Amino acid sequence: MTRTIEEINEKIKNGKVVVLNAEEIIDYAEKKGIKRTAKEVDVVTTATFSPMCSSGAFLNFGHSDPPIKMTRVLLNDVPAYAGIAAVDAYIGATELSETEGLNYGGAHVIEDLISGKPIKLRATSAGTDCYPRREIETYITKDTINQAYLFNPRNAYQNYTAATNSSNRTIHTYMGKLLPNFGNVTYCSAGQLSPLLNDPYYRTIGIGTRIFLAGSQGYVSWHGTQHNPGKERLPNGTPAGLAGTLAVIGNLKEMSPEYLRACTFRGYGVTIFIGIGVPIPVIDEEMVEFLKIRDEDIYTEIFDYSVQRRNRPSYGKVNYRELRSGKIKIKGKSIQTGSISSYFKALEISNVLKQEIKKGKFYLTNYVAPLPAEEKYNTLDILSREEL
Amino acid sequence: MVRRKLVLSFPENIVTSPITYKLVKEFNLEFNILRAEITPDMEGKMLIELRGDKALIDDAIKYLTDTGVSVQEAAKDIIISKNKCIDCGICTSICITQALTLDSSSFKLKFNKDKCILCELCLDCCPVSAIKVHI
Repeated sequence: MTRTIEEINEKIKNGKVVVLNAEEIIDYAEKKGIKRTAKEVDVVTTATFSPMCSSGAFLNFGHSDPPIKMTRVLLNDVPAYAGIAAVDAYIGATELSETEGLNYGGAHVIEDLISGKPIKLRATSAGTDCYPRREIETYITKDTINQAYLFNPRNAYQNYTAATNSSNRTIHTYMGKLLPNFGNVTYCSAGQLSPLLNDPYYRTIGIGTRIFLAGSQGYVSWHGTQHNPGKERLPNGTPAGLAGTLAVIGNLKEMSPEYLRACTFRGYGVTIFIGIGVPIPVIDEEMVEFLKIRDEDIYTEIFDYSVQRRNRPSYGKVNYRELRSGKIKIKGKSIQTGSISSYFKALEISNVLKQEIKKGKFYLTNYVAPLPAEEKYNTLDILSREEL
Repeated sequence: MVRRKLVLSFPENIVTSPITYKLVKEFNLEFNILRAEITPDMEGKMLIELRGDKALIDDAIKYLTDTGVSVQEAAKDIIISKNKCIDCGICTSICITQALTLDSSSFKLKFNKDKCILCELCLDCCPVSAIKVHI
């Protein structure tokens, strides 16, 4: 049995498409078997809602009169990168406000823009013959500016590490607050709902794949930074740690603050929760084998974040069912666990996407080019020019 | 027999008075001090659970108020903003008494105020500042 994207889109058009979310497919495949499931189900929706630091937005403000070539741009006192054309800028999610520090950053600017709130724009310039203005202070909203699109270099990590703290003091990390003496464990993946864990070898997700991006219809634009497809796999195809990633793009003006949320990890910084949904076409029976993956089949590794090195000591592997139970054991000690990724929101997004497909509002795409199946994962070493 | 969880705030001038002793001696109450903070030159705060006869607890609260102790119902003091909360569950990992948990079927955050001891560990761990405690 094989099924093409064109056949699926025809069914979407005729209102006959059968869509399940990545949680529902588990029991369905269990009851009906692989063959029948592949025959009966056209699409499975996957999703995630997690902090994704490597996110930001390109904005074009339009030209003032007289015009300005902006060299330093502040949006609600948060610096945006302006080293591109005159009134283009990139606001990164983790950039901090020059006046409010950790309480407000690029992520908040993006959320406020999406919510339609006014943003104070200040910019300065040296002034040129063609761009004489040297400073500007004004207010913008998403409706007063030209293009505004999220372009996130690394989202939807295929899997993520779990974190704990062996030291005798509380530490504040991007994995949240970690209490001393193995006081807690935090983890961050949608597990059985997560897009790249349901298509572990990138058979259907590639460059050009249409996705749900924070409420809009966006696209996979490239493989994400730190994409590491060579990570060791379990027999079911899933990596027990950091592996593939996606770079994604989408129209900020069509997004909803329901599916994108600025946040602050105390003692670490500002970042942004992004909601991503990816429809996976059931192209054949093998795809069902991947899609029926359950939390108990997906493993991650627990690392000691109190060790301030690139390679942190590991406390072994654990599966997502154990993590989601709220308690795991490390060295015989029972430790409370907590997720950073919202399974509730991921489930919601998988259902929203399912409904959009059923209602004929969302069509599937063939990818234009596959994600790399091999990619070297480099580290940064301190070298002299001669040692390179 | 009823139970009430209260936050008592002691002004500086009565911090040294044996107030909890009187709760036992004069009102026949059982109590469990869940948390206490008394710093020099500042007011003291105590999270206390009282168990005893309803009328006697009311009398005890009147006694406390007359003495100058401010009394608040503890359970009212934790507020989780439903608009802000995204049900991630990171707070459940540091909630020692398991007052904060994720519902095992809906995966929504649940707060059981009876279990909360107002330790405040959850406050600064919430990435979207959805948890506030006012003592």
